[in-house]
Amino acid sequence: MSASKPQSKVAQFIQALIGSLPLVISLAVLVLGFFYVRDLQVNNKDVPQMVIVLIAIIWGVGGVVLLFTTANFFAEQLPVKWTQRLQPFIFIGPALLMLTWALVLPTIRTIIASFFNESGAKFVGLKNFVYVFTNPAMLTVFRNNMLWIVFGTSFTVAAGLLVAVLADRSRFETAAKTLIFLPMAISFVGAGVIWNFVYAVKPVSAPQIGLLNAITTGFGAQPQAWTAFFTPWNNFFLIVIVIWLQTGYSMVLFSAAIKGIPQEILEASRVDGATEIQIFFWIMLPQIMGTIIAVSTTIVIFTLKIFDVVWVMTGGQYDTSVISTEFYRQYFTYNNNGIGSAIAVVLFIAVIPVMVYNLRQFAQREAF
Amino acid sequence: MKKSKFVNSFLVNGSLAIICLLWTIPTLGLLISSFRDRLDINSSGWWTIFPHKDWVEIQKITPGPEINRDQAMTMAGITATFEKFAEGIQKDGKQYIWIGNRRIGYLEVDEYKWTANTTFTLENYKQVLAGGNYTATLKDGTKVTSGGDNMSRAFLNSIAVAVPSTVIPIALAAFAAYGFAWMRFPGRKMLFALVVGLLVVPLQVALIPLLRDYVALHVNGTFLAVWLAHTGFGLPLATYLLFNYISELPRDIMEAAFVDGASHFTIFRQLVLPLSVPALASFAIFQFLWVWNDYLVALIFIGASPTNQLVTQRLAEIVGSRGQDWHLLTAGAFITMILPLIVFFSLQRFFVRGLLAGSVKG
Repeated sequence: MSASKPQSKVAQFIQALIGSLPLVISLAVLVLGFFYVRDLQVNNKDVPQMVIVLIAIIWGVGGVVLLFTTANFFAEQLPVKWTQRLQPFIFIGPALLMLTWALVLPTIRTIIASFFNESGAKFVGLKNFVYVFTNPAMLTVFRNNMLWIVFGTSFTVAAGLLVAVLADRSRFETAAKTLIFLPMAISFVGAGVIWNFVYAVKPVSAPQIGLLNAITTGFGAQPQAWTAFFTPWNNFFLIVIVIWLQTGYSMVLFSAAIKGIPQEILEASRVDGATEIQIFFWIMLPQIMGTIIAVSTTIVIFTLKIFDVVWVMTGGQYDTSVISTEFYRQYFTYNNNGIGSAIAVVLFIAVIPVMVYNLRQFAQREAF
Repeated sequence: MKKSKFVNSFLVNGSLAIICLLWTIPTLGLLISSFRDRLDINSSGWWTIFPHKDWVEIQKITPGPEINRDQAMTMAGITATFEKFAEGIQKDGKQYIWIGNRRIGYLEVDEYKWTANTTFTLENYKQVLAGGNYTATLKDGTKVTSGGDNMSRAFLNSIAVAVPSTVIPIALAAFAAYGFAWMRFPGRKMLFALVVGLLVVPLQVALIPLLRDYVALHVNGTFLAVWLAHTGFGLPLATYLLFNYISELPRDIMEAAFVDGASHFTIFRQLVLPLSVPALASFAIFQFLWVWNDYLVALIFIGASPTNQLVTQRLAEIVGSRGQDWHLLTAGAFITMILPLIVFFSLQRFFVRGLLAGSVKG
């Protein structure tokens, strides 16, 4: 390699300068490409869409490869000491820059904005937070989110556990798990349509096309608009959708955990005469407690941020609004940057305990 | 002993079957409906495609112009007013019902017997994909015209958004994961702690400031905006997962390569990347499904621009503006699902592995 021979400072400098050329050029290509791709989409209505898509993909993916290759080439032209110092930052730098711009700085900016008025021009102290925690509409929002967290999480965990235990003893394990898992591939908007159709309501005189109302009227009861005027129960009909979607997730994790329990322990307790139910509560549950906590945490965070389902099904009307839909409404419907940001900050504060827990776990790792 | 085993297995498989059925029926109902005629969807439940007993038309009596519809009429041996006929009259196990209005309607004679609604069509898919206007003729002869939707464009848009939004974060994260795993540099632990901390940050916190940057850069409403956002939001998990995998690669292989004088870049390209294919694939599937199914990020950064909207946005818009057009909704929903389902079924193994590897998504 070039750095193996002793070189004069001037030669080193010239080599570094030449070595930086590809990097400079590729950076220029990336920046120019950015504006080119942007203008292609904004201005040129007559360019075929597929062409734009292809150019955009080549720019995005090729740009990343080009950037890393040229940056590394540059680093390798430097004296060995500098190569070693610089190279780690070539590897982690782009990711860190992206994280800083897309997550770290925005979080700080949102926290700052939450102390300012709706246009962001005037400092208002804690006024936005006072509104968020005292306004009656917001209190309904928090109540709904609590319903989501409590019922969404507990039912998803319970159903996932049930299916995992049953499937573990069944000959149709793979098929059953695939069917339960399948909704994971479906978007919340798609799931919203699926369940809107289950909940569909027609006038009393017409035949019901929604399954739930067909069953209800079949028993002689009146058809119901399940997700609309049926407060506060409509929230539960929305929560069902997420249970349906997420049970597959909890099932997969529980299933793996159950298979991890040593067979000897189960066999030994069976020999000792324990019933299957005793085995489940006294042997299995304690063994998979770690997984239960992990899954519950993930689903709590998930339901805390729930947006799509509520937005598509009810738009947050009929007292079904949640933190995330209210955030969207405050910012985009009422143009209230201050309160919108304050609501986002509340979400952020709510996940801090989990963040701290994750960091603690990380600090105990020996790899670092 | 043998008997109780049989009962046990019956209970296990039976309850499992019921749960599976419950989980499948909603999707199945929508899938079946998407192939039914638009008028059928709105007038009978999808389960009527299965054999059931119902009133079936056996005869159609068109009254001549001489019959005065404003007073009692005698048709098919029954004398009744128009209003009575319109409500339907049952006699001798048959039902006589007036279809359409007073002037140009007709009398339908029904019999109660076994039947199944088995007319299927691809028309709904055509209408929701190709746009344009479509006319349907109702039972009484009136015609209704309504627009379709241009979901084929949205489908391409979704591909255009999902592919780079999957590949770019993986590329960035793979480099970063290698850097964290096999290089020593000051601040390494702290910077990785930052990645771990960002795992659970709700993306809502970042949306408004990012939107402001996009408006300033004039990229708001373009795919570019969505790629960059998804890249940023996907990076913590991608880096974390890939780090876990790459740092566990056998130390002796790596050290042998270093001793041979290979540079980090060469080792990364020729050794680490090929060895990490399972982890890369797991995350790729995860991120692809996440981006394809995302609605919030698209809603905020693409917004109302109709040429750039994604499938989830189009579908949500049909729900909002034409929530009773079930022929569009059912077919449209399946168009949004088809690609994720293909990915899911063909690569389920990797997807499950990805889920097991990282159960914290921000």
